Amino acid sequence: MSEIDPDKINVILATDCGSTTTKAILIQKTDGVYRQTHRGEAPSTVEEPFADVTIGVVNAVTEVAELAGRRLIDENGRIIQPARGEGGCDIYISTSSAGGGLQMMVAGVVKEMTAASAKRAALGAGAIVMDVIASNDRRKPHEKIQRIRQLRPDMVLISGGTDGGDTKHVVQIAELIAPARPQPRFGAAYRMPVIFAGNRNAAPSIEHAFDESVELSVVENLRPVLERENLGPARDAIHDLFLEHVMAHAPGYDKLMGWTDAAIMPTPGAVGNILRTIAERQGIHAVGVDIGGATTDVFSVFDGTFNRTVSANLGMSYSISNVCAEAGMPNILRWVHFDMDERELRNRVKNKMIRPTTIPQSIEALVFEHAVAREALRLAYRQHKEFATTLKGVQQQRTVGDTFSQEMGGRTIVDNMKLELLVASGGVLSHAPRMHQTAMMLVDGFQPEGFTTLAKDSIFMMPHLGVLAQVHPRAAMEVFERDCLVYLGTCVAAKGHGKPERSCFSYEIRGGTLNASGEIRYGEISLLPLGRGETATVTVEPGKTFDLGNGPGRRVVREIKGGTVGVMLDGRGRPLMLPEHREECKRRIESWINAIRLYPEVEKTRG
Amino acid sequence: MGQAYTPGLKVKKSVTHRCRRLLPIKGDVLVEAGAKVDAQDGVARAFMPGEIEPVNVANLLSMPPNDVQECMLKQEGDRIEVGEALAQTKGIFGLFKQTLTSKHAGTIETVSNVTGQVIIRGEPVPVEVKAYLTGEVVEVIAGEGVVIEADVTFVQGIFGVGGERYGPVRMAAVSHEQELVADMIRPEMRGCVIVGGGRVWHEAIERATAVGVSAVVAGGIDDQDLKEILGYDLGVAITGTERIGLTLIITEGFGDIAMAERTFDLLKSRQGSMASVNGATQIRAGVMRPEILIPLGKDKRSHERESESWSGLLKLGRPVRIIRDPYFGLIGEVAELPPEPQALASGSKARVLEVKLASGEHVVVPRANVELIEA
Repeated sequence: MSEIDPDKINVILATDCGSTTTKAILIQKTDGVYRQTHRGEAPSTVEEPFADVTIGVVNAVTEVAELAGRRLIDENGRIIQPARGEGGCDIYISTSSAGGGLQMMVAGVVKEMTAASAKRAALGAGAIVMDVIASNDRRKPHEKIQRIRQLRPDMVLISGGTDGGDTKHVVQIAELIAPARPQPRFGAAYRMPVIFAGNRNAAPSIEHAFDESVELSVVENLRPVLERENLGPARDAIHDLFLEHVMAHAPGYDKLMGWTDAAIMPTPGAVGNILRTIAERQGIHAVGVDIGGATTDVFSVFDGTFNRTVSANLGMSYSISNVCAEAGMPNILRWVHFDMDERELRNRVKNKMIRPTTIPQSIEALVFEHAVAREALRLAYRQHKEFATTLKGVQQQRTVGDTFSQEMGGRTIVDNMKLELLVASGGVLSHAPRMHQTAMMLVDGFQPEGFTTLAKDSIFMMPHLGVLAQVHPRAAMEVFERDCLVYLGTCVAAKGHGKPERSCFSYEIRGGTLNASGEIRYGEISLLPLGRGETATVTVEPGKTFDLGNGPGRRVVREIKGGTVGVMLDGRGRPLMLPEHREECKRRIESWINAIRLYPEVEKTRG
Repeated sequence: MGQAYTPGLKVKKSVTHRCRRLLPIKGDVLVEAGAKVDAQDGVARAFMPGEIEPVNVANLLSMPPNDVQECMLKQEGDRIEVGEALAQTKGIFGLFKQTLTSKHAGTIETVSNVTGQVIIRGEPVPVEVKAYLTGEVVEVIAGEGVVIEADVTFVQGIFGVGGERYGPVRMAAVSHEQELVADMIRPEMRGCVIVGGGRVWHEAIERATAVGVSAVVAGGIDDQDLKEILGYDLGVAITGTERIGLTLIITEGFGDIAMAERTFDLLKSRQGSMASVNGATQIRAGVMRPEILIPLGKDKRSHERESESWSGLLKLGRPVRIIRDPYFGLIGEVAELPPEPQALASGSKARVLEVKLASGEHVVVPRANVELIEA
């Protein structure tokens, strides 16, 4: 790939190869500013009978070309470069999540320390972690071996031991993994990449433990001292090996790699990249979510620290049954304001699982899917918060006693009160018939506190912009700010609980188009109109048990953004609690639905 | 009562089918190109490395790891049996020696002077790949396996559990709508691939397992019944390794659904013939659907080569099946194909089609919610 001169770039073509669909977008410099102008898509062609990802790419690009009236594919089926007149593009970049993503096994010495750090490194690289092996994971050696033989990972990460410390335990782990010979899912010809990111003194013994059947890489210790994690080198190694080994085995990728002007990024990596770029540039705390058919990816930036988790078991089609099993049907049905037959619902969920491309036609089916989405978001966010933590086993101020204490839980760095921007993408969020529904799913799933701007990725452009940010940050930022995000508005939510019907907070809003004041009672939610591009100043006076950002009972004044939905004033309390009693719960949900104008009327009594 | 439901999956009376039969690791191919094989013949064999047993000699004999090597009575590459002495301490002036005997038989693979751990490798485990399909070996892939071809009746299901099984086709139901219940399973169905009609109940599966039925094919199943059968709630549709005593193949979906009449009649026409079935289902990352293969037999030839994929364009008059509520399971034909997206009752906009149902009623459904039916 040649060096790219950003100033010479006028036409950018970007694709994202998903498991089901390949999406292409065209970005053009118009009046000195980069804008996303056209979009196309086509079914992905990784699987038989095509077994060549570039076919789907060409089909998606052809659709964009037709819509744009611009020739982008030549007679040999190759992308035309550079841009000349009404044809061609200056750069072509791509992301991919096809092939089901990267599946890894990680191992460390102590479950709560080096093994947990290894898991964070793997999750942060966008991998699905199949299992975590540790010396103290309570499994006998033969059980660990059995598990290793059952798994079919794409890659293995081993960590353990601080630099200069004891080598015995981490070598012991390697001596279990090596002879167990984990079999990759790609078959006999594939050399399993194994990354060692532990005590550097143990590296020679680790090398001795493995034979030529693996591709062993030794990188910097991901926990060089107990107090510090150094996940970057391991993450980079995972990423590079993923591209070189795993992705290269997916059909057509070697060809696609030859077409792109920058390394192909895994889709979650690209989405995280653009979110991190935005958070850093604007100096804000942000969370992004991509809820797909099989997985839900959550990204966060708090105090400059970026975290990413891939909840491989939570999604709206392939994994929908998992969501129902993990959340439990009562937790899903609590979001539904009418009765649904549970047995019939279970069958519908399974039918969606085995026929994942169907869409809800009736309002009942839509309400149910949105209820499932709320639970998927809640569970994925919980998993994310559990992993975006400070280090376990180490305390900030260390005394002699502290050195020997074992803190069993690390503190999450995710803080819903600090959260300033919440971005949604993924089918069920992006394609909801009304944006109010998207906003409400975000608020119910994530439960932001204080003042939070809500937005959605208009056409799932974040992956494209994430990989573009690597080669042309200015173009990526301009398109992100102008075309990618659709601002839904702001959620103003009080943390805490109180007595029903009593005041939660009073408010005064002063803006160009919106001037309003009033009171929100506990249990109530209200919506006021504040349009796209509009701002207003909000002053809130919370009740003494409620906190809106400055502490319980303390006034807050903030400038807020409007959007397609407006300003949501949320007095329902945090954490959000729904009535146990089914009839009361239905009434409560219905009142919120009416307040936000979420859904049309439905037939309430069903069999 | 079940509703008539015709799958959009492959259902072929006669087609030339190929399957690849490969070992998970390198091994030996047992047959040559051109050989005629039976479904249960072995066509390739390999040996998986045996189980490994780690023995922490340093801990067991209370010695530093780097002393283990000189205390070993067996070296790397040596064979050891259960009860045989593995290592012995030097003792004190030659007295009070401690001997460690092996609890496992195998070969000493490694002795680590870093951890003091000894790895014993058990006997190699043979792995064999069967032909699965009665037919002819048309290609040998050296060291890996073969490709087998046969002319078959091919029926694809929508979902299954359990792996490869074999047996003669036997009808248990008399109509495509009849539900499969326990007292329809008879002892003479042992070893058979039995065919129900509509919904199969979990008691019928239990009875079939007890009788020794090889596989059950039915139109529908209730999710609660599947949970009873598996013992857990299935999270994702990746199946094939379940050990429930038989293979289960569902042709239509979850709920009270009758088997497609065409599928039922086709299987009925092949009653008595040997079938190879596989319940393995994988919806993501390489779609795999359960299948029933029934070779046509020596004197019958197919004139149709299997198409690589079953897909096509919606056209006026083409038969379709609706695969989502509120019209789940209904069959009709394409009556209109409006080009512009339309608003659904859910509020979404989507490209739709108008379907003329068998009853004469016209309904509008999203294009994503229909499957094509082979004529």
